[in-house]
Amino acid sequence: MIATFDAPSRVPESLRGPLEAALEPGERLLAVLRLDLDEALSFSEGLVALTQRRLLALRKAPEPRLESWPLESVASVSARDRAGLGSLEAFSETGRLACFRYTVARAGEAKALAEAFAAVRAGEAAAAGNRSQHEAPEAAEAEAPARLGVLLRLLRFARPHLKVLALGVALTLGTTAAGLVPPYVTWPLVDEILAPYQNQVQQAREATGVGEAQRHERLEQVREKGAAPFSRVPWYLSAMLGAALLAWALGWAQGWVLARLSERVSADLRNTTYAHLHKLSLEFFSAKRTGDLVSRISSDTDRICYFLSDTLMDFVTDLVMIAGVAAMLFYMDPVLALVTLCSFPLVAFLTFRTRRRLSRGFLRGSRAWAEMTSVLADTIPGIRVVKAFAQERREVQRFRAANARIVEVNDRVNRLWTFFWPMVALVNQFGLIIAWAFGAWRVFDQQITVGVLTAFLAYIGRFYARLESMTRMANSTQRAAASAQRIFEVLDRVPSVPEPARPVQPGRLRGQIELSGVSFRFGNRLVVDEVSLKVEPGEMIGLVGATGAGKSTLLNLVCRFYDPTEGEIRVDGTDIRSFPLGAYRRNIGMVLQEPFLFYGTISENIAYGRPDATREEIMAAARAARAHEFILQLPDGYDSVVGERGQTLSGGERQRVSIARALLIDPRILILDEATSSVDTQTEREIQEALDNLIRGRTTVAIAHRLSTLRNADRLVVLDRGRIAEMGSHQQLMEAEGIYAGLYRAQLREEEGDCGKKPATLVLRKEVA
Amino acid sequence: MSPPSRPVASAIALRHDAFGRLVLTTAEGLEHVGVVPVRCFPFSDPSGAISFCDEAGHEVCSLGSLDSLAAGTRAFLEADLARRELVPVIRRITRVSSGPEPTLWQVETDRGETSFQLPNEDHVRRLGADGALITDSHGLHFRIPHVRALDARSRKFLERYL
Repeated sequence: MIATFDAPSRVPESLRGPLEAALEPGERLLAVLRLDLDEALSFSEGLVALTQRRLLALRKAPEPRLESWPLESVASVSARDRAGLGSLEAFSETGRLACFRYTVARAGEAKALAEAFAAVRAGEAAAAGNRSQHEAPEAAEAEAPARLGVLLRLLRFARPHLKVLALGVALTLGTTAAGLVPPYVTWPLVDEILAPYQNQVQQAREATGVGEAQRHERLEQVREKGAAPFSRVPWYLSAMLGAALLAWALGWAQGWVLARLSERVSADLRNTTYAHLHKLSLEFFSAKRTGDLVSRISSDTDRICYFLSDTLMDFVTDLVMIAGVAAMLFYMDPVLALVTLCSFPLVAFLTFRTRRRLSRGFLRGSRAWAEMTSVLADTIPGIRVVKAFAQERREVQRFRAANARIVEVNDRVNRLWTFFWPMVALVNQFGLIIAWAFGAWRVFDQQITVGVLTAFLAYIGRFYARLESMTRMANSTQRAAASAQRIFEVLDRVPSVPEPARPVQPGRLRGQIELSGVSFRFGNRLVVDEVSLKVEPGEMIGLVGATGAGKSTLLNLVCRFYDPTEGEIRVDGTDIRSFPLGAYRRNIGMVLQEPFLFYGTISENIAYGRPDATREEIMAAARAARAHEFILQLPDGYDSVVGERGQTLSGGERQRVSIARALLIDPRILILDEATSSVDTQTEREIQEALDNLIRGRTTVAIAHRLSTLRNADRLVVLDRGRIAEMGSHQQLMEAEGIYAGLYRAQLREEEGDCGKKPATLVLRKEVA
Repeated sequence: MSPPSRPVASAIALRHDAFGRLVLTTAEGLEHVGVVPVRCFPFSDPSGAISFCDEAGHEVCSLGSLDSLAAGTRAFLEADLARRELVPVIRRITRVSSGPEPTLWQVETDRGETSFQLPNEDHVRRLGADGALITDSHGLHFRIPHVRALDARSRKFLERYL
């Protein structure tokens, strides 16, 4: 029977016609490979199709043509790929019939086709092709300049604080309204009091035909009861003062409310980003530099916090103020308002032009900054290597280069920036001059009073000050947008090891592992190729093979740090992809080559997988791991602080702590990844005892460089370039005289030869330490 | 899990021999001369597990808790432990030198006035809810059971480290 397979639907539109024309009646498609390269390795569409009768090839370049080979003439079809380039070859008994090239994106299809051919040959229907193609969801990131729209996405984090936000906006409106009062008061102050008074004084002074004494008397009279009594002045002044005080109080409240809000929003942002980071697979972390991630979570969120608390608040205030002032201006004299605000579009245009260029600059700046922190994150943990090889100078140089890059990028931005801002100031000054000129003319023309002009100028000064501060904000706004984009780059990443939609609770597993047809591709390299293996509960499997044979990847697949590109892994008969990740991994204990201890006490480190463990349990685990006695020798016993910045433990001691850590969670499945590789033979013996306790009764998959470590293994699996090459017990494999026997003998010779070398390595170690 | 545990004995007897060495007699009557009692969790659970190690550092016997001992034996053991441990309790911090690390601390402890060098801020750590443990440049511990119980001046010195 034919397996459900959607080969026809995969055929590209442009080739569907010719293909259908080429098919004979009753001929069915079994597999299709969409070619994306021609024979000369130029990009071009093409198609290789397998039917139950023929192998067909359709090409568009160099000229459209159709080739076909009856299946009887084809002896074998093979698909291989290397470094991104694949080739599918068809052979007859006597030679090569055809060779098709494709990029690695099509490797799955090619393989399916080759398998379908083999299946047809084997007399059964094609079972290939229906395998789901693995697509890396952790896709490449966009390189476009940060758009301000990114900042709107921050609203999602403001949603829980909507009430506070509303309060903040209300306070902003209040502050702005209070700020509009003082200039308004200057209008009646000038028109009703100061100007009439000055007129009357003028008249009194210039009155002709009166004596000096009389003139003096008149002046006195004007002062006492002129057009408008002087007594109203304090009222106006207190209105100004009151408005100023109100603006101050409201501004203070607004600042406090919004600063609190922004602090919480950015803390949420940090938490969300960090929590999301933990959901991402190892694949993501191996592709990202630590320093870059650290700077995203620390300095980028800080920049956003600054933006929210400072810039955004100012921005909103300015916006409201500008709108308010503009409304006042139009209310007082629409004509004058229209003329004086003519510089506004010019400023808006300037800002818009500069913004795009600034945004690109800031994104580059952020990246340069991340580069610098990467140097730090790289060299500080590796300081021993730096010192041992006396490369301090080079590292300083590297840092200096990264720093120089920051300076260079920022210089470019600053050049643009420093030109832009005085430019805006100049345009605004022009606007002010126009206001004066036009205003004076309007006063002469008796369209407006001096009071209106005074108030008008007070407003327009404010208007331009706000406009200037707003344009200045473009700086930090763009910076924040760039930062927000870098954070959302992390948040938008879909975990490539997704949680199942309908999870099956694993509970406590028995520990039967079954790999069927598991392949894994790392980038364009096929690391694990069609591995099928069944491990019974309690069995110990030793993985053997040269470096890069895919041993560690296989372990990572079992732990579900990655998902296989093809095939599936079942534990106790269930695909591990249907277990919730956490619940599944609780069944797995791991001991790695470089045991990592966190900063904290020994007992905290042992209880890492089970923080609720009692002291008795911790001690029992440490005893079983042969760690108890050396822990007692430490100055503070189990309360000794270890890890980075803590007490230094030897490699063997650290390893035994990590074994105790694995023992404490009492896992069903145990993963040992070169657990004894980094220690000397004596220490290995001690660790081995601890490991024996750990392995007992658990399904164990172990990798060991030293083959003697695997002496307890029930079965040894020899991997060669991602495939299982040999399998069996030590005895069987030695008798088979294959890869394993070769490896074993080579190692035996090496160990014998090692004796002479030892003193030299010891001296070297001492110098490094 | 089947850890191979050492004999756990509450019916032990302790004495000092003529050389001042601690002699432990297990419930089975086995005698170990020159054993060293070690608190397994000296800070988080000082009266909890005690382990007796021989001179080579191998554990010969362990004790789940001090409480499991007879009153007399317990008092003897506590007195012995007290002679082996020096963890002064800081009552007051008189002065902390300003300037770069290491800093010089002058303190009043339950064992009199003293001064010590603190290499860096990592050598001050929290202990429980309100306690602090300071380790000087030689590895000597100073304990502060309740930071809040210190006077204001001392607390001010500690503030930048906690």
